[in-house]
Amino acid sequence: MTRYILRRLIAMPFLVLGIVTLAFLLTTVTKGDPLTAIVSDRQMNDPVAVAAAKARWGLDRSLPERYVIYVGNLLTGDMGTSFITRRPVAQDVFFRLPATMELVLAAMVIGSTIGITLGVLAAYFRNTVIDHAARFFALFGSSIPVFWLGLALLYVFSVKWGVLPGPGRLDPRAAPPTSVTGFMTIDSLLAGNIRLFLDALWHLILPAFVLGWAVAGTISRLVRANMLEVLDREFILTARAKGAGEFRVVVRHALRNTLVPTLTVIGYSFAYLLTGAVLTETIFSWPGMGSYAVEAARGLDFPAIIGVTIVGGVVFLLTNLLTDIAYVIANPRVRLG
Amino acid sequence: MQQEPLFSVQDLRVSFTRDGRSFEAVRGISLHVDHGEVLGIVGESGSGKSVGMLSALGLQPKTATVTGSARFKGRELVGMPRSQLRTLRGSRIAMIFQDPLSSLNPVMTVGAQIAETIRLHNAGVSKKAAMDRAAELLSLVAIPQPDRRIHQFPHEFSGGMRQRVMIAMAVANDPDLLIADEPTTALDVTVQAQIMDVLTDLRKRLNLGLILITHDLGVLAGHADRVAVVYSGEIVEQAGVDDLFERPAHPYTRGLIASIPNMAEEKERLFSIDGAPPPLGKLPGGCAFHPRCPQAQEICRHTAPPVRTDGAHTAACHFATLPIGSAA
Repeated sequence: MTRYILRRLIAMPFLVLGIVTLAFLLTTVTKGDPLTAIVSDRQMNDPVAVAAAKARWGLDRSLPERYVIYVGNLLTGDMGTSFITRRPVAQDVFFRLPATMELVLAAMVIGSTIGITLGVLAAYFRNTVIDHAARFFALFGSSIPVFWLGLALLYVFSVKWGVLPGPGRLDPRAAPPTSVTGFMTIDSLLAGNIRLFLDALWHLILPAFVLGWAVAGTISRLVRANMLEVLDREFILTARAKGAGEFRVVVRHALRNTLVPTLTVIGYSFAYLLTGAVLTETIFSWPGMGSYAVEAARGLDFPAIIGVTIVGGVVFLLTNLLTDIAYVIANPRVRLG
Repeated sequence: MQQEPLFSVQDLRVSFTRDGRSFEAVRGISLHVDHGEVLGIVGESGSGKSVGMLSALGLQPKTATVTGSARFKGRELVGMPRSQLRTLRGSRIAMIFQDPLSSLNPVMTVGAQIAETIRLHNAGVSKKAAMDRAAELLSLVAIPQPDRRIHQFPHEFSGGMRQRVMIAMAVANDPDLLIADEPTTALDVTVQAQIMDVLTDLRKRLNLGLILITHDLGVLAGHADRVAVVYSGEIVEQAGVDDLFERPAHPYTRGLIASIPNMAEEKERLFSIDGAPPPLGKLPGGCAFHPRCPQAQEICRHTAPPVRTDGAHTAACHFATLPIGSAA
């Protein structure tokens, strides 16, 4: 297995290079002219200003030249400068990535816990009220648009009842902790500030739940289907014949055998949400990757677009690798090689 | 009446309800087995032999209704609370199943599965001690290199070896009764003999009561003490194994015996009983076997046969020839 992981890690830079190339080329085929993002409308008529801008951002060079320079810079960790924020893209991305990570991790914890629990219950009590209720919950979560759900929950819990805070990662009056990991919860704990930690956690609940509900829906349906199949297998009868209680039969014997497909969905959802949580991030004013990507795309901010694509691609690759490794732990019959 | 036997079943009935109609899969079977004794139960697939025994231990499918009596060491099992049944299962009463391939949990090591059985019934035993005992049990069923094997997964074992693991797991808590449901059916012929030897050897060593469920009367010939023949959810004949083979009283039993392949005789075709067992819920009137019976008369069509008894030999047939006065 170590050899397999090594091989995958060795292959990774090449895959990343592929992503970089693709992302780079895709920006050149778009119709949009990046100059419009850099130069103001009035200056567009001024050839001197345009030429200066072109030279400043390297747009006067040929495509291969730009590509080589970009890849060269990338090797030193330089992803260029954002047209919009005028800050290094790397800096922007690594400010926003932890914010999304924190949100998505929380969403995955909520979604997996609810999804697996509901899936197991639905399968065990198939065709009962519990099963139908779980189906409704799943269907609701995966079919209601997050922007509606997010707004509705914000209205009810934050505006109407005031039990949960409004958008944002922290109370607007609170000073954020010194950034170490970029995770508000962890950083506030590192700073030894429990109140700040609770505040960060409190702000995390609603957006994480909104994101997690959709995930819970998918996971619960998948777990239910797999559990139904496993519960009919003979080793379940063996476990009962051993004198195992129902909880043990279901969790230790049946559920463990459904983990591989579940892990696939969890891994995939995680990777997807890292750049795909735009709507949730927007509604909850969460300074994450998704909203950054959208702003970049809207502003034809090519360095930022390429940067987001690369980071998203790398996260996807790593998540896939972790999922594959988790397979082996979940199912001894899986051999990596 | 002498002392109560280790395990006895009286008029056990199991029925299923489907689409508002009720079907009886087991129609009142009675049998018993004692310490150190091997009772063979033989019958075709679907005759109710497995579901009957499972139901006696409370392992019937959710949709089944069980009535009658199954007594183990003087305690009634039918209707016993689940929590109490659990303390018996895997400890005093163990079971092994037909397909060793699917009877073991594929994602747990063999050692962990045996250790689980031990720890479920012995609260104080440490994981380490249970694993040591698991290795001992593997050597008891003649699996080489047990200390290495306990850390392996079921898919790393051959079919015969897996059935040995199942047996090791079954006897982990030194049970009084072992119910083996078609233990050799899924195995190669050579391996079948080995597994039967392991079972009979353990029976002697541990003084187990053993119930051997099979569709192959040949398997029982060398291993069972008594045999119960099941047809359509009923016991049609029950006798000591030698008695049964020498003087089968029921036409169905005679058919089963005739269809055992015999190396000594050169026959073109094996004998087979014509027809198929009746489907659940569509039992013919009278004797359930009459549509397939070569000796069926008018009476068989409308009157259920009486049970004729000659000592320990019983048969449910209008024309059973049980000579009165022979030694039982």
